Amino acid sequence: MLKATPPNPNPHTPDSQGRFGSFGGRFVSETLMPLLIDLEHAWQQAKDDPSFWQAFDAYARDYIGRPSPLYHAAALESHLRTHKAFKGILYFKREDLNHTGAHKINNCLGQVLLAKRMGKTRIIAETGAGQHGVATATVCARFSLPCTIYMGATDIQRQAPNVQRMACLNANIHAVDAGTATLKDALNEALRDWVQHVDDTFYIIGSVAGPHPYPMLVRDLQAIIGKETAQQLQDKGHAHPHYLIACVGGGSNAIGLFHPFLADTRVRMVGVEAAGRNTTDGNHAAALTLGAPGVLHGSYSYLLQNEDGQIQPVHSVAAGLDYPGVGPEHAFLKDTARVDYQCVNDQQALAALRLTAQKEGIISALETAHALAYVIDNAETFEKDAVIVINLSGRGDKDMQTLAEYP
Amino acid sequence: MNRIDGLFQALATRKRAALIPFISAGDPTPALSQELLNQLPSMGADLIELGMPFSDPTADGPIIQKAHVRALRNNLSIKTIFTMIQTFRSYNSHTPLVLMGYANPILAFGIDAFFQQAHKSGADGVILVDVPIEEDATFMSAAERNALCVIRLATPTTSPERLRALLEKARGFVYYVSIAGITGTKSADKKDLTMRLRNLKKHCPLPVAVGFGIKTGADARLVAEHAQGVVIGSALIQAIEDNLSQPQRIVPEVAQKMTEWRKAIEEAQS
Ligand SMILES: Cc1ncc(COP(=O)(O)O)c(C=O)c1O
Repeated sequence: MLKATPPNPNPHTPDSQGRFGSFGGRFVSETLMPLLIDLEHAWQQAKDDPSFWQAFDAYARDYIGRPSPLYHAAALESHLRTHKAFKGILYFKREDLNHTGAHKINNCLGQVLLAKRMGKTRIIAETGAGQHGVATATVCARFSLPCTIYMGATDIQRQAPNVQRMACLNANIHAVDAGTATLKDALNEALRDWVQHVDDTFYIIGSVAGPHPYPMLVRDLQAIIGKETAQQLQDKGHAHPHYLIACVGGGSNAIGLFHPFLADTRVRMVGVEAAGRNTTDGNHAAALTLGAPGVLHGSYSYLLQNEDGQIQPVHSVAAGLDYPGVGPEHAFLKDTARVDYQCVNDQQALAALRLTAQKEGIISALETAHALAYVIDNAETFEKDAVIVINLSGRGDKDMQTLAEYP
Repeated sequence: MNRIDGLFQALATRKRAALIPFISAGDPTPALSQELLNQLPSMGADLIELGMPFSDPTADGPIIQKAHVRALRNNLSIKTIFTMIQTFRSYNSHTPLVLMGYANPILAFGIDAFFQQAHKSGADGVILVDVPIEEDATFMSAAERNALCVIRLATPTTSPERLRALLEKARGFVYYVSIAGITGTKSADKKDLTMRLRNLKKHCPLPVAVGFGIKTGADARLVAEHAQGVVIGSALIQAIEDNLSQPQRIVPEVAQKMTEWRKAIEEAQS
């Protein structure tokens, strides 16, 4: 462990240094520290200001289309009962039906409102799958803020539809060629941009990664997913879920679903990472399952790194999971065994995407398909009548080209 | 007295600023990098910053990023860097040497082991690029136990209150980052920088070395008039990059640049 911090009285909130247990913190250059402190203060104020949430709720309802439905996936459920000895009850939390097609916009809406409050006049963001880039470009168009999106050149290739959407929304797209030209490198470049534009620029990070306060800020905004789910389950006559399942890239859709339930020990949670081609170095992105703690992009968390502490190349068929790190709160939830982290490989995810499309008429994102695959491939392990909620974090329109490459 | 304090005291009586070149260990090759390191003092270096390569150097611009990539292609590890320093010390016992790098390779090596071996190999200080004062307690105590200085950084965004806090435990000198930015891109506005350095000096009992954006002799001269050290990184690395296809040119090219900068710094005081 990096640092012996005093025990945190509420482990599900970071302490004043942004630590979840020993994970998190702010490992950035001195230039950025004052900006992070400002952001933290601004968020503390906004969070306690009813007018902030009034604005958020109004846009969430009329612009994003919230609440997103909690859908009983009866057709896939019945298929799994017939073919896999499945006995549970299967729900999808339909974040794919949000405006722009993923959970990412929940976070972008909140952060752009915060940027406005702080008087910032320029937005930057990184993106992997392009979903966060599109969501950022969307709210920037709506709130008349210029934005620059950093995206790895490899991802620009494989997520072309999202690049076109960002261009249509008038975002300035910056291709990143460094390193493996994927999400990690886009984040590096966004941080470099921020440090060069400290006065006017707001950095909208797309996941619960990065330095404090981002893991907390993004989590607080995505927690709407879990809060709605709790209410919707009650409305359907379920006192609580038995399982919550979500894919984990940086970890924002997973923490968004999990967080409101963390104190409820009746609820089991599984975060599903990308096992890629195989679990040898460079072929997967399973930071929690196969990595070791270290510092990347401003926080101390699990990382895929070699013995010299250099970050390893990673791979996933899902661009949004193709990242060597993971949010620090997940590192804490892993070490405290509150959440179970598992991984699923490219082939399993592709098969799950196809099966769900054929049975439910829902084409999920490849990232999401990792969560689907975990349930499909472990269908027989769920107890009778267990209520299972899968976070359907996004839709797969962006992935048609990749699907064609993996017939 | 440690080498860093000794150097700045000696230069204070001579009223001259220190010339502080930055090179990235292992760049462009381990052998050439060792040769550069060994020869920098005779080229005019008063203190040397030796960069420890990292795969994701977010505070660095393209020039130093490429140097990190070249070094890592040579599989350069912290262990090799310590061997490099030992070799250097067999030729040179007086020039202070400061390691500069990112947190993760140090964490992977082990904080205690790192500071212990850094001291043993002959390093004098460490600059932690991505470890602000909120996060450096463990690094500071390991440094103290092993008689190494952690050099703290101040930047244009550092408020007077933060400056006070960071000066409390600062050792050796304060590294002032002249711009809000990354290495090797823009340079500070001259008037602005002069004002900020004057202001900084009012609060700062330690010597101040200024880095980021210093390229030409004129840049070096200006900084030397207002600070106790002039750090030159990207402009030096650029000389390496420009001669990659004829590596035998690298040492003489760097030597020529060093002569220019050194001359400019000496002129600043006369
Ligand atoms: C649909 C979808 N799900 C999941 C992710 C992974 O991100 P996170 O783990 O932050 O939810 C992404 C990232 O791009 C995504 O687009």
